[in-house]
Amino acid sequence: MSTSARYWRSMPQRYRLEAAKCVGCGMELFPPRQICPGCGGRGFVKIKLPERGKLLTYTVIRVGPSEFCDETPYAMGIAELEGGVRMTAQIADCEFDELKVGMPVKIEFRKIREEGEAGILCYGYKFVPER
Amino acid sequence: MRDVAVIGVGMQKWGELWEKSLRDIFTEAATLAIDDAGVERIDSMYVGCMSSGLFVGQEHLGSLLADYLGVAPIPALRVESACASGGAAFRQAFFDVASGANDIVLAGGVEKMTDVDGGGATFALSTAADAEYEVYHGVTFPGLYAMMAVAHMNAYGTTREQLAHVSVKNHKAGAKNPRAQYPFEITVDQVLNSIMIADPLTILDCSPITDGAAAAILCPLEMAEELSDAEPVKILASAHATDSIALHSRNDLAWLSAVEKAGQVAYKMAGLTPKDIDFAEVHDCFTIAEICVIEALGFFDKGKGGTGAESGETANGGRIPVNPSGGLKSKGHPVGATGIAQIVETVEQLRGEAGKRQVEGARIGMTENMGGTGGSCVVHILAKA
Repeated sequence: MSTSARYWRSMPQRYRLEAAKCVGCGMELFPPRQICPGCGGRGFVKIKLPERGKLLTYTVIRVGPSEFCDETPYAMGIAELEGGVRMTAQIADCEFDELKVGMPVKIEFRKIREEGEAGILCYGYKFVPER
Repeated sequence: MRDVAVIGVGMQKWGELWEKSLRDIFTEAATLAIDDAGVERIDSMYVGCMSSGLFVGQEHLGSLLADYLGVAPIPALRVESACASGGAAFRQAFFDVASGANDIVLAGGVEKMTDVDGGGATFALSTAADAEYEVYHGVTFPGLYAMMAVAHMNAYGTTREQLAHVSVKNHKAGAKNPRAQYPFEITVDQVLNSIMIADPLTILDCSPITDGAAAAILCPLEMAEELSDAEPVKILASAHATDSIALHSRNDLAWLSAVEKAGQVAYKMAGLTPKDIDFAEVHDCFTIAEICVIEALGFFDKGKGGTGAESGETANGGRIPVNPSGGLKSKGHPVGATGIAQIVETVEQLRGEAGKRQVEGARIGMTENMGGTGGSCVVHILAKA
């Protein structure tokens, strides 16, 4: 079982969508890194990611891992945000047959999972189709 | 570097081996390889294993397995690169011999996956993906490959039926493999109508959970004749490449850059092109994986991999036979052992000992072993010496 440090240290990313922008080449990185994969630069400024993007791909998970067994079936996708960052998340509040590549999504703060026997609540971001 | 040969291979039937432990199945395969080579000593060994800690609660495998094989105190090391662990172990053994450090080296692979339940196995396998930015959100390996499939279908018009043909083709080959976990044929309709795991992949698009091990013995090519009566197989190339383990970090979700890179390095090292390869054992952990891999290795143009199995080009007897062993789909996928089993099949094909699975005129074979969604890839090219 992981300790609370593992959870709280990623709160800036999961709760506030904090990312890094490379001072050298302008590449946006999520999660933040110490070395830019684009130019090798080591200088960054902190940015907040935009809350809109479009789906690049998706699936519906019918058989889930143990923490998500009670949630199945649920949709997941990879979206590209305005600015170029790509991320993986669940797609909430959707009909499975409306999902398609290129679909606009917004990013919302949601409960993600319950961890351990105590059922500790873990939060983060999910995609929601923009209608 | 010295030229390196494979002089022995060993593998038992794979499956749900509840009555045997990890150390049992490894020792059986390693003993078969040692006997096949006819060698009387081992100088060092490498064992590919992805996650014995999570599957059976055992780390420190190198020493444990050397002890049970009766070869301690030789140097022995466990090698991990997710599902490419076996290929990576073989590559370490290749370097050990090529460098001149050791002469007779065992490369093995093992995974004991059925001592945990389905949820435990799913969790152990998921550790090959990004724990904090993929797995945290509920993604599974079938889910990640399903998203690659959707991206491939959207970009190139690859069809659901073309995916199914990969599974049908590999089961047809595996039906002739006495060591396969599922040695029977299936139909396209059965694939399409089996249980949906992650849309569009059904359970018959997915390789199974398997207990199994495999082993190979390597030595300098110049010593092969003196050490062993077995027909030596020469290692023409060994290549390894990496990519982001998070699928979403890649520019093209339907392209396997690490496979492309490892393939290019291997072709250059061997002085060959894709046209020179007579058959390939590739990492079909999911049907879409084989489609992407045969494109990245240059057997098919980008976007055209879907036609491989459907047209018969990748069947045994086709233009480029892929997975004459039955692949991961039919033979089974004990993750750490898979890369070594690919070597076992390739050596048997090149020796002409593959029985009903024999690829006619097999002189040069390739193996492609992949970790995660393609975050690591190991490619080898072997040839009749």
